[in-house]
Amino acid sequence: MKGLRRFVDKIKPPFEKGGKLHFLHSTFDAFETFLFVPNTVTKKGAHIRDVIDMKRTMIMVVIAVMPLMLFGMFNIGIQHYLLQPEFSGNTWQTIIPEVGFWKILWYGVLKFLPLIVVSYVAGLGTEFVFAQVRGHEVNEGFLVSGILIPLIVPPTVPLWMVALATIFAVIFGKEVFGGTGMNIVNPALLARAFLFFAYPAHMSGDAPWVASGSVDIISGPTPLASAASGTLDNFPSVMDMFLGFMPGSVGETSALLILLGGLFLVITGIGSFRIMASVFAGGFGMALLFNLWGANTYMDMPAFYHLIIGGFAFGAVFMATDPVSAAQTPKGKIIYGVLIGVFSVLLRVLNPAYPEGMMLAILFMNVMAPMIDHYVLAGNIKKRQKRLKTIKTEEV
Amino acid sequence: MSEAGKAREPLFSAKNMKLLSNPLSKENPITIQVLGICSALAVTVQVKPALVLAIAVVAVIAIANVIASLLRKMIAPRIRIIVQLVIIATLVIIVDQVLKAFVYDVSKQLSVFVGLIITNCIVMGRLEAFGMANPPWKSFLDGVGNGVGYGVILVIVAFFRELFGSGTLMGYQIIPDSVYDFGYENNGLMILPPMALIVVGVIIWVQRHRDKELIDKS
Repeated sequence: MKGLRRFVDKIKPPFEKGGKLHFLHSTFDAFETFLFVPNTVTKKGAHIRDVIDMKRTMIMVVIAVMPLMLFGMFNIGIQHYLLQPEFSGNTWQTIIPEVGFWKILWYGVLKFLPLIVVSYVAGLGTEFVFAQVRGHEVNEGFLVSGILIPLIVPPTVPLWMVALATIFAVIFGKEVFGGTGMNIVNPALLARAFLFFAYPAHMSGDAPWVASGSVDIISGPTPLASAASGTLDNFPSVMDMFLGFMPGSVGETSALLILLGGLFLVITGIGSFRIMASVFAGGFGMALLFNLWGANTYMDMPAFYHLIIGGFAFGAVFMATDPVSAAQTPKGKIIYGVLIGVFSVLLRVLNPAYPEGMMLAILFMNVMAPMIDHYVLAGNIKKRQKRLKTIKTEEV
Repeated sequence: MSEAGKAREPLFSAKNMKLLSNPLSKENPITIQVLGICSALAVTVQVKPALVLAIAVVAVIAIANVIASLLRKMIAPRIRIIVQLVIIATLVIIVDQVLKAFVYDVSKQLSVFVGLIITNCIVMGRLEAFGMANPPWKSFLDGVGNGVGYGVILVIVAFFRELFGSGTLMGYQIIPDSVYDFGYENNGLMILPPMALIVVGVIIWVQRHRDKELIDKS
């Protein structure tokens, strides 16, 4: 550690004001603060002293998705081996001893690691370029997006597409609005939306999961895709779906681990419990309504299925709660959450073109969030003015 | 107005050329005045229809501007909008017939957007702001300039959308098959209208980055 500090100090002078490499100072700052706590202290003005800062907030989210990520990698391996002809007829319980735990995990790691690397390199690269050009510091905003993007895309999607989507999302989701903290929509979801509309063959329907005989491709329709095509026959058992042993994007399959991550976020005060709970409530309520209607198999599907298949739980816990793009007022958070749940189930069931409604529902409500807040505030002001009036008239 | 008394201005004086060149950059109808956006989103999936519409709009604005300018002293101010509309609508119908006669397939592709040139804010705006107050030659230059300024953006947007959305330009394949074999795929988002908005946004971004005067202070 000391050696590293000395090394950083040694190469520092050219990057300081007046130095030869001053134009690269934001890149240098980024690496220095990544390695060490900054030694500059605020000297003037009032400021709040708190242990929580952006870096801490971001790291908490990353910790919360860690178990999910590890399980996701393991699950990729399981789904892969389950579809190999020589292991047909197995379930996940029997395939683990047959293939071996480490072999399964290793396969998943090999599939998933490139996604993470590409997402971070592309995203951070874009952020560095913008920080350089605009002369501000690189901040930690991309830490979370960088890990969320690989978690919400199918593991089979080509890497260059991930890179392109990440760059698009960072530029048009974040940098054009002024960088971290100014974004209107969630950058990770924007990356997914970009992939979804630009390369639909890789993102939705059966295509990413259909077996093609090649050993490399993971396959089998996700429960969501088969539900959209009107059959619930090849659904895994409820317990399997809850634990996450089903085909799907890396992060979205295990409802159990998502809930644990959500619990962690609520306890540490990073994620909003109101939003999470109201998204689940909204989705469940809407699904119940569809049960009452019951016009086709998809509508008749038990309501709680909606909460554990596809990206619903993941979206509710990690996407909808993004503190920048969500609603800010307590009442607004509930409206925002419930509408996300309602819209996502609505899209899933009624629109055959979009088997997964969660992404679009969250993006839509992200855009609406400022308006919700505006009306919640206006309503509050009105209420108080009314109260003020009644007090005055009583005094008279 | 005694124009004969004054020394006659040469046809291509610096001032007149400005009328032609300003709408291309500093007063571009799309990127600066933000007019005519709807057609820019709708017809720019491919270069060919964009080019045809651009030419049609240039013709309509230029001729309408000249006619309005010739009639400007006869039109009663209270009914000027109606007269302008009649001029534009007549021209648009002629253009529509010409397109149907000579490039039928493109005309079908453009469908309603030829007719919608009538409501294109650029045409009306130029007539109202320029044609009604200036002599015919100047109006002609102004019309051509604005039409071309609009058309250039249309073609640029269409260029990127067709290249990345379909891998072709003017219907000819540009991106070679070997690239597709390598795993490249056409970007479906480019074909959807929102991408046109984003491409226009990027053009505005680049333009304001190069010319800092254009940045809004507010």
